[in-house]
Amino acid sequence: MRASISRRAVLAGAGGLVVGFMLTPAIAAEPEPTAAPVAADDIAADQTGSPPHDAWLRIGPDGRATLFTGKVELGHGLLTALAQIAAEELDLPVDHVTVISGDTERVPNEGATTGSRSIETTGAALRQAGATLRALLVDRAAERLDVPADRLTVRDGVVTAPDGRSLAYAALAADAAPRSTAPRRADAPAVRPKPAAERRIVGTAVPRRDLPAKVTGAARFVQDIAPDGLLYGRVVRPPRYGAVLDTVDADAVKDLPRIVVLVRDGSFLGVLAEREEQAVQARAALRRATTWSGGTTLPAPDRLWEHLRTAPAQTHVIDQRGDDVASAPAGAVALTASYRKPYVAHAAIAPPAAVAVFDDGFLTVWTASQDVFALREALGAALHMPASDIRCIHAETGGSFGQDGADDAALDAALLARAVPGRPVRLQWERDETFAWSPFGPAMMVDLAGQVGRDGRIATWSHTVWSNTHAMRPGEADEPNLLAAWQLDGTAEAAPPRTAPATAGGGAERNAVPPYDLPRRRIVEHRVLDMPLRVSALRSLGAFANVFAGESFMDELARAAGADPLAFRLAHLSDVHARAVLEAAARRAGWPGRRGGNRPGLGIGFARYRDDGAHVAAVAEVAVDRRSGAVRVARVVIAVDAGTIVNPDGAAAQIEGGVIQATSWTLREAVRFDATGITSRSFADYPILTMPEVPSVDVVLIDRPEAPSRGVGEAALGPTAAAIANAVAAATGARIRELPLTPARVLGALAASPSQSTPEKRRRG
Amino acid sequence: MVLRLNVNGTVRETAAAADTPLLYVLRNDFALTGTKFGCGAGECGACTVLVDGRPLRACRTPVGELTNARILTIEGLGSAAHPHPLQAAALAEQAAQCGWCTGGMLVAAKALLDRNPKATESEVRTALADHLCRCGSHNRIVRAVLRAGRAPRRT
Ligand code: FES
Ligand code: FES
Repeated sequence: MRASISRRAVLAGAGGLVVGFMLTPAIAAEPEPTAAPVAADDIAADQTGSPPHDAWLRIGPDGRATLFTGKVELGHGLLTALAQIAAEELDLPVDHVTVISGDTERVPNEGATTGSRSIETTGAALRQAGATLRALLVDRAAERLDVPADRLTVRDGVVTAPDGRSLAYAALAADAAPRSTAPRRADAPAVRPKPAAERRIVGTAVPRRDLPAKVTGAARFVQDIAPDGLLYGRVVRPPRYGAVLDTVDADAVKDLPRIVVLVRDGSFLGVLAEREEQAVQARAALRRATTWSGGTTLPAPDRLWEHLRTAPAQTHVIDQRGDDVASAPAGAVALTASYRKPYVAHAAIAPPAAVAVFDDGFLTVWTASQDVFALREALGAALHMPASDIRCIHAETGGSFGQDGADDAALDAALLARAVPGRPVRLQWERDETFAWSPFGPAMMVDLAGQVGRDGRIATWSHTVWSNTHAMRPGEADEPNLLAAWQLDGTAEAAPPRTAPATAGGGAERNAVPPYDLPRRRIVEHRVLDMPLRVSALRSLGAFANVFAGESFMDELARAAGADPLAFRLAHLSDVHARAVLEAAARRAGWPGRRGGNRPGLGIGFARYRDDGAHVAAVAEVAVDRRSGAVRVARVVIAVDAGTIVNPDGAAAQIEGGVIQATSWTLREAVRFDATGITSRSFADYPILTMPEVPSVDVVLIDRPEAPSRGVGEAALGPTAAAIANAVAAATGARIRELPLTPARVLGALAASPSQSTPEKRRRG
Repeated sequence: MVLRLNVNGTVRETAAAADTPLLYVLRNDFALTGTKFGCGAGECGACTVLVDGRPLRACRTPVGELTNARILTIEGLGSAAHPHPLQAAALAEQAAQCGWCTGGMLVAAKALLDRNPKATESEVRTALADHLCRCGSHNRIVRAVLRAGRAPRRT
């Protein structure tokens, strides 16, 4: 079982031509990522220490390409999109590109697959790498055919001269060894990726390469990996955060069949069995046979907001423009409002799981972690072994939306496997455990204050957000922030987040700065340090609550100014791409909707994700049942400008998924807890949107093939929430500032604002 | 004690106890891992299989009750080389993201179309109301089922 692949052998042994390439931190700052042939020693360095390269691209002696990347498939189609980019620049059929992904022994350390960044950074660098590799091949062909490189054409991996003679990539790469690859001649012209007009693969709806296996049941997820001799593991968690294991009555499982071993280490307690159902039974029996003491007291749910406001916090001014935002111009209307977003669960349908085996002191782990290299470091720290004795291999799980329990499961599996050297162990969480122990997206509170002058323009704007950090992944916290690690050391407490200097960060500030032309504004983040519930990254981090709040407040200001919400936004937007998505969404949705009678409400929400990402405008159409308070979202139109679209159908699918998940968060979702712990522990306690309730989603993609690509996975969530809340206000006059928009809140808001039931009519009619 | 089960037209044997949920037998004894665990409580539908043509939750169904039944899993529907019309339609609509809910949804949809080949959109949504998807593939799945309903049928 021990990983037998030597690092250098992966690339060198197979021959062929390789380029390594670098990711650039900010595309805008450096439009041309670097790519160069890989030197032999770089290969090892790429996987340890400070990597010279972030990924490699190889043409093998068979003429096919292989991309070695640390980025991983999260069910979002990334590997298909990366293959398209490589195939485009190499002029190869897309199915001649293999992607090796997320394996600490086989790929360089490329960082986490997060933040909708992969297509932006890896994609951009890969484009350059592909072009460089193609140029190397064409140079070789030019030499052999004795024809200038610029007279050669390439199609489907064959380089052809004007006289018809040709050489295939296979022949050009066959005799090359990466160690001896010479750089291009110094006088060779600079390599440029293909201009948009010449693209044939990027921009087309290439089918996802992972789907044939997924629709036939053949896909192997991490939960399906079953090496010979597999044992099945389950863990017994404490009844609440911070509880310490006192006693275990091992007799509880002694009569159960084929229980192999009970593993106890500090407050960590796990069990291994020959059959999975026996491990499940043993866990249930052990839960009744353990005693625990202590435990963290959580704030009362109805005092959560007060807790956030008063707990110790680091305060950062994110942005400040103009003079004092409190001073009022003459005749201005001033508004203040406070918005809230509860803790939200990842609630992937698949449970966290991992497979681990210890062999000769070497640990191999199959994991759904979004960052196998950071996980390897964290495992090494938690297990007190060198990271170089650990191999982490990514395998997909059913739904990756941030830091759920995937990394934790890897340590659980490793701890169990350590008790049975040589035997592979598959550890899986149960559903109640998954809800109770995975990190949540943090609760957030956002206070808005603003003034509209007599000229109908926003005179001042202030946005203040209270939130825990959203960055608690392995590698983002001071200690190995893995669940079992807290239990091993007996503290049973979460590691503190990596102490950030007095700068912004942690995700709570994401999209706190409004996208509008506001000469006087002040944006403040209070990063609350006390973290009573376990939190970390969830899709779009703080952007969801910040956009929900900011865009709800835009509507409130528009109403105060007597302006149409769309016109009001456009009046404060000079960014042409922002205007374009708003106008496109409004046009497709039939803004401002039918008037009078029992019309449904239309609401709008806009953001540029992460300030530098995709521009997104959503228009939601809702119907509100005034008697029950139920909100039904019938339709969401969403216009997206993400620069160059690599795969339009893949991008649309990500946007649809983001809209539907955001609709669920907005209408339904809040983690429930009491003083002793998490009380929502099943899908019955934590209902998510169901098939009959899902809105129709109409995606309008604005393709700008000359612009860099922007990720779309997280961009839709905030605008969707704001559009729904604004649509409810448009339909009923009831402004709800706390998520989710439950029937009880809708009824409460309706009762509180009977006189506001027809503001839209006054404004528009 | 050995139990015999008819799965996807083949009789297979398992040493599992009679009260073992079918899910673990399919996945671990028969290596049919297309049937998924999501909740173990009948709430998500990821474990759905057809038993004598009716959708059942494998996480809640003891194998001892199934010795005379015909069990169909997503693997029995078709393969990448020979996809069932529902699988072909799911590919045509690119109707999965993570793919965890997909198998359960497709076998439930087979039961629906077998009963009601001309199922309408709202009938499809109702039939799949107890199947959770976290990735937001719902509308594509509905389109796939409607597309398969129009396709030439095969049993
Ligand atoms: S696993 Fe059977 S219904 Fe969820
Ligand atoms: S596609 Fe991921 S749960 Fe449905």
